[in-house]
Amino acid sequence: MIKLQNIKKSFGERTVLHDISAEFLPGKCNLIIGTSGSGKTVLMKLLVGLFTPDSGQILYHGDDMVQMSREERKELRQQIGMLFQGSALFDSMTVEQNVMFPLDMFTKDSYATKLKRVNEVLDRVNLKDTNKKYPAEISGGMKKRVGIARAIVLNPQYLFCDEPNSGLDPQTSMVIDKLIKDLTVEFNTTTIINTHDMNSVMEIGDNILYMYQGYKQWTGTKEDIIFSTDEKLNSFIFASEFLQDAKNMRMLEMTGKYPGQTPPTNA
Amino acid sequence: MPLFEHLGSYIITMKGMFARPENEKMYWKEFMHQCVEIGIGSLPIVLIISMFLGMVMTVQTAYQLVANFIPLSTIAVVVRDSMLLELSPTVICVVLAGVVGSKIASELGNMRISEQIDALEIMGINTKTYLILPKVLASLIVVPMLITLSIVISLWGGRFVGEAAGIINSTIFDEGLLRDFNPFNVTVAMVKAVTFALLISSISAYFGYNVKGGALEIGRSSTLAVVVSCILILLADYVITLILLNP
Ligand SMILES: Nc1ncnc2c1ncn2[C@@H]1O[C@H](COP(=O)(O)OP(=O)(O)OP(=O)(O)O)[C@@H](O)[C@H]1O
Ligand SMILES: [Mg+2]
Repeated sequence: MIKLQNIKKSFGERTVLHDISAEFLPGKCNLIIGTSGSGKTVLMKLLVGLFTPDSGQILYHGDDMVQMSREERKELRQQIGMLFQGSALFDSMTVEQNVMFPLDMFTKDSYATKLKRVNEVLDRVNLKDTNKKYPAEISGGMKKRVGIARAIVLNPQYLFCDEPNSGLDPQTSMVIDKLIKDLTVEFNTTTIINTHDMNSVMEIGDNILYMYQGYKQWTGTKEDIIFSTDEKLNSFIFASEFLQDAKNMRMLEMTGKYPGQTPPTNA
Repeated sequence: MPLFEHLGSYIITMKGMFARPENEKMYWKEFMHQCVEIGIGSLPIVLIISMFLGMVMTVQTAYQLVANFIPLSTIAVVVRDSMLLELSPTVICVVLAGVVGSKIASELGNMRISEQIDALEIMGINTKTYLILPKVLASLIVVPMLITLSIVISLWGGRFVGEAAGIINSTIFDEGLLRDFNPFNVTVAMVKAVTFALLISSISAYFGYNVKGGALEIGRSSTLAVVVSCILILLADYVITLILLNP
């Protein structure tokens, strides 16, 4: 479990995060949603310690990451897997070497064992026959999946995914969502996902944090979202008429009533 | 950034380099890889430049020593000591600042911009140790080897052109190479090589590792790395000469 307490962060004059407190639960897909520029990536980088907050605490099982020594932080990080928004693959290495890298660094396994594990995770992200290719030779969506494979290869206790399905087609996107969800449940991982993909929100949103211009605007589950009356959230999530209809249908399904009134559209 | 800010952050980056490796085997592999990159990568240019330096030095020295009472073998003595004391270490290292320095800076800069350094950091790897230390150590080992080679090649080039242009017979050249030889000059050459190697690798690693912004900054910081390394090489050259050769 990860707990944020009164996190503030600014870059120069500009405050990017205002007083964020939140809880991210193990075995659940914790989603951070919000428009572009609302501070999702910054929040995620604070969580993993790539940025330090101006004030506030980041508690991993009660231990404040901000206060940790370098060694303690290194140890914690071996429990963390992260997929970056831009994939961040090592471009001097092949796909196989990229995914094997954490194993090379942190295990003493034989090459054959490592290769077996690499192929296992590449298989889980639906990648075959790309082992010997370099990142420059594969598509953006494939890079994302290699990034996920690299993040999960050591079975991390904490998994961070910055927009895992941006740039993926809806079908692959669903596969990735399902994969992340399965891993989370299977290994009781504390998974945190930045997204603005509505499908993901409605499919895997166990615990959702909605950010609006650096403020925590709303929290809840994918079920709560249907009934939320928060105007900003509604116009963000159900931005199109199609999505509003979908929401109303879902509401009808869940309560047997069609809402008397469509939510305001001021998107 | 003001000078002192750079200096402070350079020292912090260098201090961060010293930490226990997470996995010795991987660090060793990276070190060997860097030795090959730096050594083999700059071998052709070092060979070409050294040969021409030696050739030019021989012809020019012969031109300058026109008096009859000076023995011809003196040409070899002058060429040998000039190459050893100044030309090989300094000129070659200025060239290496361009070849190796810009490569280190742009490689690290690209890794920074594309978040590869962050990705390593997240895995729990000390990126300063993993990315910078092997480059610095490899330079410290490989650059003196390159300089040694450069000296040998330049003398060979000088000997060859002396014979070919009918300036000095190669037997006399060889005789001059051994005349009044002071082994301390080799020490001076190696002190310079090691110092310059440290400057080139650490300064370019510093500029590359700390790139901020976009792809444009990678180019800018690698240019800056080369310029700063060159200036500091010449400054260090002066200081070393002053300390070691002041009569
Ligand atoms: N290193 C930085 N220095 C200065 N400002 C930054 C930095 N990183 C992010 N910001 C600012 O913080 C704000 C939030 O950025 P962030 O990347 O977190 O947005 P985001 O919610 O992830 O957006 P997107 O969905 O487009 O990825 C932006 O206004 C951005 O300009
Ligand atoms: Mg982002």
